[in-house]
Amino acid sequence: MRQTCLNTVYELAKKNQKIVFIGSDLGPGVLDSFKKNYPERFFMEGVAEQSIIGLAAGMAFENFRPYVNTIATFITRRCFEQVVVDLCLHNLPVTLIGNGGGLVYAPLGPTHQAIEDISIMRSLPNLTIVSPCDAHEMKNLMLDSVNLKGPLYVRIARGGEEIVTQKFKPKIGKAIFLKTAKDYFFLTTGITSHIALEACRFLKKTENIDCGVAHFSTIKPLDKTFLNKIIKNSKKIITVEENVKAGGFGSSILEFSSELSTVRKKAEIKIMGLKDKFLEKYGTQQELLDYSGLSFKDLSKNMKNFIKK
Amino acid sequence: MKKKTELTIKLDKRSLYLRSLVVECLFGGGRGHMGSAMSLIEILRVLYDNFLKFNPKKPNDKNRDRLILSKGHGCLALYALLADKKFFDKKILRSASKFNSILGGHPEYGKVPGVEASTGALGHGPAIGVGMAISAKLNKSNHKTFVIVGDGEINEGSFWESSMIASKHKINNFHIIIDYNKIQSYGKTKEILDLEPLKYKLMSFGYKVSEINGHDINQLKRYFEVIKNNNKKPTALICHTIKGKGFPFAENNPYWHHKNFFTEKEVKEINNYLEK
Repeated sequence: MRQTCLNTVYELAKKNQKIVFIGSDLGPGVLDSFKKNYPERFFMEGVAEQSIIGLAAGMAFENFRPYVNTIATFITRRCFEQVVVDLCLHNLPVTLIGNGGGLVYAPLGPTHQAIEDISIMRSLPNLTIVSPCDAHEMKNLMLDSVNLKGPLYVRIARGGEEIVTQKFKPKIGKAIFLKTAKDYFFLTTGITSHIALEACRFLKKTENIDCGVAHFSTIKPLDKTFLNKIIKNSKKIITVEENVKAGGFGSSILEFSSELSTVRKKAEIKIMGLKDKFLEKYGTQQELLDYSGLSFKDLSKNMKNFIKK
Repeated sequence: MKKKTELTIKLDKRSLYLRSLVVECLFGGGRGHMGSAMSLIEILRVLYDNFLKFNPKKPNDKNRDRLILSKGHGCLALYALLADKKFFDKKILRSASKFNSILGGHPEYGKVPGVEASTGALGHGPAIGVGMAISAKLNKSNHKTFVIVGDGEINEGSFWESSMIASKHKINNFHIIIDYNKIQSYGKTKEILDLEPLKYKLMSFGYKVSEINGHDINQLKRYFEVIKNNNKKPTALICHTIKGKGFPFAENNPYWHHKNFFTEKEVKEINNYLEK
């Protein structure tokens, strides 16, 4: 997914001379083709996230479209004030690409595990946030990114995910049904869509429960028309995210739901996400997801109990 | 280092007039960073009167020089110059800090014509300026980018990060100006986080460094004339200044860094000094 994302930036840069790439201190060979063919628009500026964001802002003021890439925790935590003031306050078209969203960097420990990036970025006015679930979706959202007038945060997942969005032409701001159903839905973002799809298969097989998956590649702004329909027409919803529950994707769904009229029929909503703690374990992303109660079996059990309630 | 006596230069009519515009903002809004604005006046005056390319009727003209007041808390001085140059009506100065005013306690891009970037959170302007200067090179444009920072402001690591990037790209169209009044919010810079040896630090970060009296119009003019032909690397100018310059009771007094109330006696004293 990361490779697709960066390759798409390169493809965009071939057609649009205003596109520049800014990295911090990425691995050797990243975007070599970009560097070789457009050296004047390729910037690798060192472990200096605060200044890289400012640099991008300065270039965006001058009508360039910077794509900035580094590890998700560094592009959100270290330079948060620069993101707020330089990018969001000025509403500049800078795209931030965060590698290793969620628990991708499991073995590297809590400094590298982006457990709250969705929450902190979601709190910022003017910022669009996308969290694609596969490479097909990533490519299409990146192609769409040039149409945004303000800043964008792209949360990159682990990579190599099964392609589940091939039937769609993903667009920023549009949610999709990865699996339709009548009454029960998982609302997902990023790679939790895959976990939810597996949970649906498991529930059907073991309990004969028919569950759907509504996938939100765009966390902000929410696809409110889509969300309104699903809340209105279903009975039970569980949101799932690879992010702490506080202020995350699930919170945004509850915030939206709380604004709907109480007279209107509304689905009950429950949220699932990472616990309010730094993870003290290493291992793999899957191990940490399981440890955090976000395995497909956890999702299935939660949904089953929720339905029975 | 310039001798302190040289900094006590007598202000001419124009400098006093510009200070009177700052005072309009201060009295209109009843608050503001007075000391921080007064140390800046001559720097901004010489830039706007003699060197910057700008068109107040087309504040976004692509060929303009860019000036970012990174020490956004000194904005009353910038407002005075922008009003004086007719970016907006001088009458607006008296609305500073009020509910519907375009003039806040820190300058905002998009609200105030002539303001290039919203500043106030310190240490942001240099990186934005570096981005603008690199963009000018990419666009083969001749305009220059000036960034004014405060001395307390360059406690921020982001200033030094940006300096390394500016040096790496050899952007000779990028000019840092340090308002070195030697007093930050709590007290003397020397006691809070000493910047010395500042000149050598800046040199080691790749700047062509100069030091002058930041209230001496002739020295400022000579400096900006010289850097017109700057062709090798970014420049840094250390302007030795006096916080609260022009008002003896406020000079070098940290309590005048920011004021949110003026007593009748203070109002009278300020007016007396302006009338002199």
